[in-house]
Amino acid sequence: MQHTATGTEPVTTASGVTLRVNGTAHTLDVDHRTTLLDALRERLGLTGAKKGCDHGQCGACTVLVDGRRANSCLLLAVAQDGTEITTVEGLAGDAGDGELHPLQRAFLDRDAFQCGYCTPGQLCSAVGLLAEAAAGHPSYVTPPDTGSPDGPASPGGPAGLTPAEIRERLSGNLCRCGAYPRIVEAVADTAAEAAR
Amino acid sequence: MRPTAATSTLAPASGSLGADTARLEGRDKVTGTARYATEQAHTPPGCAYAWPVPATVARGRVTAVDTAAALALPGVLAVLTPDTAPRLGHAEDPTLAVLQDHRVPHRGWFVALAVAETPEQARAAAGAVRISYAAEPHDVALTAGHPDGYVPETANGGEAGSSRRGDPEAAFDAAPVRIDAAYRVPPLHNHPMEPHAAFAHWDGDRAEHLTVYDSSQGANAVRTALAQLFGLAEGRITVISEHVGGGFGSKGTPRPHVVLAAMAARHTGRPVKLALPRRQLSAVVGHRAPTLHRLRLGAERDGTLVSVSHEVATHTSRIKEFVEQAAVPARVMYASPHSLTSHRVTPLDVPTPSWMRAPGEAPGMYALESAMDELAVELGMDPIDLRVRNEPVTEPGSGLPFSSRHLVECLREGARRFGWGDRDPRPGVRREGDLLTGTGVAAATYPVLVAPSTASATAHPGGTFTVRVNATDIGTGARTVLAQIAAGALGAALSAVRVEIGSTRLPAAPLAGGSSGTASWGWAVHEACAALVDRLADHHGALPPEGLTATADTTEAASAAPAFARHAFGAHFAEVQVDTVTGEVQVRRLLGVYAAGRILNPRTARSQFVGGMVMGLGMALTEHSTMDPAFGDFTEADLAMYHVPAHADVPDVDAHWIDEEDHYLNPMGSKGIGEIGIVGTPAAIGNAVHHATGVRLRHLPLTPDRVLPALA
Ligand code: FES
Ligand code: FES
Repeated sequence: MQHTATGTEPVTTASGVTLRVNGTAHTLDVDHRTTLLDALRERLGLTGAKKGCDHGQCGACTVLVDGRRANSCLLLAVAQDGTEITTVEGLAGDAGDGELHPLQRAFLDRDAFQCGYCTPGQLCSAVGLLAEAAAGHPSYVTPPDTGSPDGPASPGGPAGLTPAEIRERLSGNLCRCGAYPRIVEAVADTAAEAAR
Repeated sequence: MRPTAATSTLAPASGSLGADTARLEGRDKVTGTARYATEQAHTPPGCAYAWPVPATVARGRVTAVDTAAALALPGVLAVLTPDTAPRLGHAEDPTLAVLQDHRVPHRGWFVALAVAETPEQARAAAGAVRISYAAEPHDVALTAGHPDGYVPETANGGEAGSSRRGDPEAAFDAAPVRIDAAYRVPPLHNHPMEPHAAFAHWDGDRAEHLTVYDSSQGANAVRTALAQLFGLAEGRITVISEHVGGGFGSKGTPRPHVVLAAMAARHTGRPVKLALPRRQLSAVVGHRAPTLHRLRLGAERDGTLVSVSHEVATHTSRIKEFVEQAAVPARVMYASPHSLTSHRVTPLDVPTPSWMRAPGEAPGMYALESAMDELAVELGMDPIDLRVRNEPVTEPGSGLPFSSRHLVECLREGARRFGWGDRDPRPGVRREGDLLTGTGVAAATYPVLVAPSTASATAHPGGTFTVRVNATDIGTGARTVLAQIAAGALGAALSAVRVEIGSTRLPAAPLAGGSSGTASWGWAVHEACAALVDRLADHHGALPPEGLTATADTTEAASAAPAFARHAFGAHFAEVQVDTVTGEVQVRRLLGVYAAGRILNPRTARSQFVGGMVMGLGMALTEHSTMDPAFGDFTEADLAMYHVPAHADVPDVDAHWIDEEDHYLNPMGSKGIGEIGIVGTPAAIGNAVHHATGVRLRHLPLTPDRVLPALA
């Protein structure tokens, strides 16, 4: 609680919030300016989500909010009460110790990273991408005549994820190490596996 | 000589040298448990956050700092200013002398630092600091004939500032075929995905020991700098760089953020985290200086070069001389009896330039290899044949024999893989609707560098080994390749070898830079392991509980002056499409073939080569910074303005290599591979754009605003 310069009107600058992250609820007081990214990294010790730009320009901070990918640097933590947040730490079973997510496995198999700093964002983004494709969401490069007349334009689920589709859909996630070709292969492998 | 694909038919056993080996830290990186500089498992109690205040004038003095409003904000612990910051010892690198005086040498120079309980409070406090300046007129505009320009004694890497052989002017004038062309490469920014960041804390009642987690390419260099600045013995400082989110040269020298973090921790008595905001990077972590090139090639009608001149103009800052050695590759590449290379540098009111992936070679080879393409077109000769025709017997600049040079093999192997043989040389004739397509080739080179290192190897009673060396893995796969080198030298399984890197508590080692890491660290690791094998042979009975340890120091061996010119070579091939309606250039295919000594880990090597090529694609098509003449500022300061390639820009990129045996390198027979991938890529793409359109563009990057008017 902070007071305005005149000292008359009390202004609330922090609020209690319950963040549900990777299935665990955390109740904390957050400064209203605190981004979800900073809350994860500085308050909850979940440093898997990375800060590359803090401005929605790089995708390193990508997490899943209610299953949809989002730049956590552009979300205020205080507004996330009631949402279900998944970070890279929550992709594998048993909080990172168990079975890897198929995408994590594929990233390892394909050497789809170098420094690893963009990797958590690429992974979370790819999880979102696979779900969006499965739900029939088109992208900029999806041919206009794809899909059925009464349903959404469908790239055919994960099986329709051509390299061009994957590139387009992952273009919000920068990788300065230039691991792009291997990342696309890893996502394609996973999509093919899922379609089998 | 046997060209092979990434996987050789004689695949070495898994984990051994030359075998395809997965990154040892891979699981940590894909599960988010790898900790980078400011990522402690738990933010320590009392941890404070620092946020720098950059200067908003390009030249002048700070006349007053009003911190009252900032200090009145909640949670603010301190605002350090040139008047209140702790005094530092002499800074060998002037860019580290932060908050020591009132001078502003360039826009973005740090003039204050806010420290607060939380990141939000620190940022707000930094925004509330009021700085008054006495601004002075500034000059940030580089021109080839700038009156303040001079030819330096040496350029980056200790290379001579200029060189001359024969009578290059007269030979050029007399040559029957001549190319005289000017090329331009703009300022470029490294922008590793992890911005520069440090976490610092002082331990003990009287702050006896400083521990710093820094995002750096070389923790020993950081420790040395901090020791000088804070007047401490090196033993009282620990610097840890366990996982580093890229660097590309910008983390190769200590940077001001680490000094500020240590200062703030000292001043407040708190652990302090400082992660630079992306927008502040371009002014304080170095950049690739802009280069203006004049290339003159004189040749006989059969393509034999008689005169090669490469003259480069570039800038540096007022506080430090850094000269991008872009004319140096012309001393390495092609035979010619007459040659001139020179650098002319102008100090301006700009941020201090520094290393960015393949400094010198990347912009220099863009210009040289574009000019070679122009010459091939002028001669009506295949550009590969032209290069083969001018293959030198010894290094043109030094006269030294090459330890190995397989450029011609790279060109031929690349031509075969790329399908170059079917190429119709006529420019501007391949049309697919609105698209014009074309292909281009360029050569690449990068020197073999090596620095002295120490390392230790310990044999434990259980049959396992620990290898210690303060190497840094900035994404290269250093950890993994060092384990392979150790396993090979010990005759042990990879799984029996544990590698510890990334801390000054380990045996001292040089930085990850100049593509020299694997050679430098690996050499010491190899020696330590070989010495350990000897010790073990002499040892009888069970090992003592602490194990047996051997150490190595390669100071003598690695600093011996080589009797050979040692370089890696490569060939780059590109296919592009140019949209005649929008002016957009897109790369369809990119191929690199390299001769870089022995490839120690094909998996990570391939990623390095491809990564370099992707950055070269950015240099060719998307990356561009501008020094704004009115404000003295880089206008493209963040990732929304400065366009590094994104997924959609990057097509299939393929890297292959030739098995190259070279006995004049190091015990592993390896050459550096981290930088050569960027070197020939921009010229290959530019040459492909010419082949597609018939238009020669000589100013990078080839963005639609440049391409479209040229097509009209
Ligand atoms: S950190 Fe959020 S998009 Fe870059
Ligand atoms: S792996 Fe380094 S930025 Fe992508």
